[in-house]
Amino acid sequence: MTKVSMTVNGKTVSGEVEGRTLLVNFLRDDLQLTGTHVGCDTSQCGACVVHVNGEAVKACTMFAAEADGAEVATIEGQANNDGSLNVIQQAFQDYHGLQCGFCTPGMVMSAAALLKENPKPSEAEVRDYLEGNICRCTGYHNIVRAIMAASGQDVPAVAAE
Amino acid sequence: MPKDHGIGASTKRREDLRFLTGVGNYTDDINIHGQAHVYFLRSDVAHATINGIDTGAAETMPGVVRIFTGKDFEGVGGLPCGWQVTDKHGQPMKEPAHPVIAQGKIRHVGEIVAAVVADSLEMARDAAEAIELDLAELPAVVDMKDAVQSGATKVHDDLDDNLCYDWGFVEENKAATDKAFEEAAHVTTLELVNNRLVANPMEPRVAVGDYSKANDESTLYTTSQNPHVIRLLMGAFVLGIPEHKLRVVAPDVGGGFGTKIFHYAEEAFCTFAARQLRRAVKWTSSRSEAFISDAHGRDHVTKIELALDKDNNFTAVRTETYANMGAYLSTFAPSVPTWLHGTLMAGNYKTPLVYVNVKAVFTNTVPVDAYRGAGRPEATFQLERVIDKAARELGVDPIKLRRQNFITTFPYATPVAVEYDTGDYNATMDKMEELMDLSGFEARRKASEAKGKLRGLGVNCFIEACGIAPSNLVGQLGARAGLYESATVRVNATGSISVMTGSHSHGQGHETAFPQVIAEMLGIPEDQIDIVHGDTANTPMGMGTYGSRSIAVGGSAMVRATEKIINKAKKIASHLLEASEGDIELKDGAFTVAGTDKSVAWGDVTLAAYVPHNYPLEDLEPGLEETAFYDPSNFTYPAGAYACEVELDPETGHVRIEKFVSADDFGNVINPMIVEGQVHGGIAQGIGQALLENCSYDENGQLLSASYMDYAMPRADVIPNLDSYIVDHSCQTPCTHNPLGVKGCGEAGAIGSPPTVINAIVDALQSGGHKVDHIDMPATPGRVWQAMQG
Repeated sequence: MTKVSMTVNGKTVSGEVEGRTLLVNFLRDDLQLTGTHVGCDTSQCGACVVHVNGEAVKACTMFAAEADGAEVATIEGQANNDGSLNVIQQAFQDYHGLQCGFCTPGMVMSAAALLKENPKPSEAEVRDYLEGNICRCTGYHNIVRAIMAASGQDVPAVAAE
Repeated sequence: MPKDHGIGASTKRREDLRFLTGVGNYTDDINIHGQAHVYFLRSDVAHATINGIDTGAAETMPGVVRIFTGKDFEGVGGLPCGWQVTDKHGQPMKEPAHPVIAQGKIRHVGEIVAAVVADSLEMARDAAEAIELDLAELPAVVDMKDAVQSGATKVHDDLDDNLCYDWGFVEENKAATDKAFEEAAHVTTLELVNNRLVANPMEPRVAVGDYSKANDESTLYTTSQNPHVIRLLMGAFVLGIPEHKLRVVAPDVGGGFGTKIFHYAEEAFCTFAARQLRRAVKWTSSRSEAFISDAHGRDHVTKIELALDKDNNFTAVRTETYANMGAYLSTFAPSVPTWLHGTLMAGNYKTPLVYVNVKAVFTNTVPVDAYRGAGRPEATFQLERVIDKAARELGVDPIKLRRQNFITTFPYATPVAVEYDTGDYNATMDKMEELMDLSGFEARRKASEAKGKLRGLGVNCFIEACGIAPSNLVGQLGARAGLYESATVRVNATGSISVMTGSHSHGQGHETAFPQVIAEMLGIPEDQIDIVHGDTANTPMGMGTYGSRSIAVGGSAMVRATEKIINKAKKIASHLLEASEGDIELKDGAFTVAGTDKSVAWGDVTLAAYVPHNYPLEDLEPGLEETAFYDPSNFTYPAGAYACEVELDPETGHVRIEKFVSADDFGNVINPMIVEGQVHGGIAQGIGQALLENCSYDENGQLLSASYMDYAMPRADVIPNLDSYIVDHSCQTPCTHNPLGVKGCGEAGAIGSPPTVINAIVDALQSGGHKVDHIDMPATPGRVWQAMQG
């Protein structure tokens, strides 16, 4: 067992992990931050995306021990200080960018990383950036709309009148 | 102006708040103090005799609690099949035993051979590696047509052969259908495959079994679409636990698409082991495990023939389909190729004669069952493909040929035993043509050709049977379950409401849409109404969610219960207002006396029901809570017209969908935003089937596509751009036999889109001079390129 310590959503946390313990398991099982999900075992689906030192990372591709000393951000830390949804989360609700919600935390974290590096992405850039995130419910249409809207770009209203 | 609340409003989803902030409660988020973990040792061969299982070394490994094998399940029931099909000779289908853990033989890759329960998942997995299996591998049978040859390897020794049933429908039509083909002016024949798929909800399956010695009660937390059905099947048929001592909870469920309808071995195991060990036992599927343990979908090989007279009227349809059952019968598998497929073979057309033959076959593959659309996509694909081929052979416009043969009068009794209540297929076709801008297609094709690309246009129609019911009919057809739905409307003293529904939401947004209906009926705010679902302990017996039945059947039960509430509340109001009950009106959340200004607010009536100081106690019980069980008189029949344009690169065979339009008739719509989202999701799955997704087995029964590295899931970049993708539901012919006039929308996209895409690809290939009249799904670049080479 190895002792690890990191900052998660602004709070310092520590724990004992096996060498093989993945970051996603440390977050879910040790810290009970169950918003980060596990949807596959081949790093294809993106349900486990978190930010490590500001970069979007699939938390199933990284050992918890590798994150020792890192700044980690998860979906649980994304809302505004007053508890309201942040701009990206709000856009996902407004544009119906989620259905079952299982891929959603990873989608929101990926979207946040995209908008940080490219504040006004084109539609093609959004679709390209989401290559590491699979959603089975929404058909991506409204996810793309939500991310475009979150970037301040004009997007048609959510449903036909 | 669009409505901002109630029926027809695009109310934002309340469940989104927890999903977007990471505080959803999915089954894998549930951990019970002191729980153990199970790792299932699964077969990596498709067919073998088990000569021995040596667990000796594994049992001594750290943390191991107990190792279970098939021997531990002798005397325990097998997994039951919930639907019995009778074949064309009047014989019941063959129904082999389906053990929780393999007993004596392995019949598909992924079958459970042993279960290791340990203090942690890692310990269980480590110990499983130390189990020694003595297997005598047998030849596997994978191809369905091979499997029904005489002398083929048998999947089940105790059966005569691998044919589960040979079903003919409607058998009385057969001779007349054959005669119509002999007399036809033109016959179009097409052989095609409906490729095997994996549903792939993003949340893998999870089961947590728990046991309380204090009251001898078992609890199963599971990723299910229908907790009451799991309780009934597992309690009564597998483990022998009385229903009142078994609770099944399906909390937030991360997508189902059919694959979470069924009762699975892992659920039975965790419940069984928790009772044995007096300790909670948890299993979380890995994705790779899901590929070899979730029921698969589709997998038909079909020959379809369409007969036309000299005026191009359809005179008969005849099909022969081989349907793969896999190694065992999954819970509802037998119903899919038969009653959910054969009854839709008339499609949107007034073809007078239809005969459907289905041969269901056992093979050494993962069991197959319902997947989004279940039977209707298979029916639609073959019918709409053969119609398109006929139009090309006859040199007629495919839209005109369809319109000429549309059913136009309703109700309409089809030759395959169902009655469409309402519809307007020309209206959806008109809408599709309008939105698709068909007149501009030739210019768009020329622009593609100028770039060296081929452009194709595909159109088609579909109809489906949703809101699956009624119970007495499905019972005659072989269902071993009822197909009603239930709701309890519990009004609290202060006027807020909890609705306990037998429906289950796993992405459909019931917590938002259901309150819209009640808010509309009562005139109170939607946020005063909560939906409770997914727990057998606090919901009435219900049948769950699949087949687009939630709002049509579950919503109707809720309407009936709410009507009872209104009737009783009016009696209370009439007492409070000292007026005749017949004069009481409910409007905008208050009861008024017609023609007067006397009124009493909703909350005052509900308070009087629970604090009955001024109350007609001699006539009326206190309280305000009502339950309704609703059993519809018919299926509902959503229908639509779809079109897409593809651009095909002849250099590589790559296909890109450039434009997509769906024009659907779902009857009345409760929440347009949610409905459109459902259609987007269905179309993406249909595009996935048409272009990407496929289960690939080798001849030994190895699944070659058993992870996201090998099974191509649709991603954001395969979906058409925002400005060239329209879903429309403005054509509405309300259902006549449910109180909401709704038809259901969840499967439409997955049914309507595969033939749309393939019709477009064939059109593109033919425009380039390629003599290709069909291409099997998935139309991968390699497959398309090969087709172009002749």
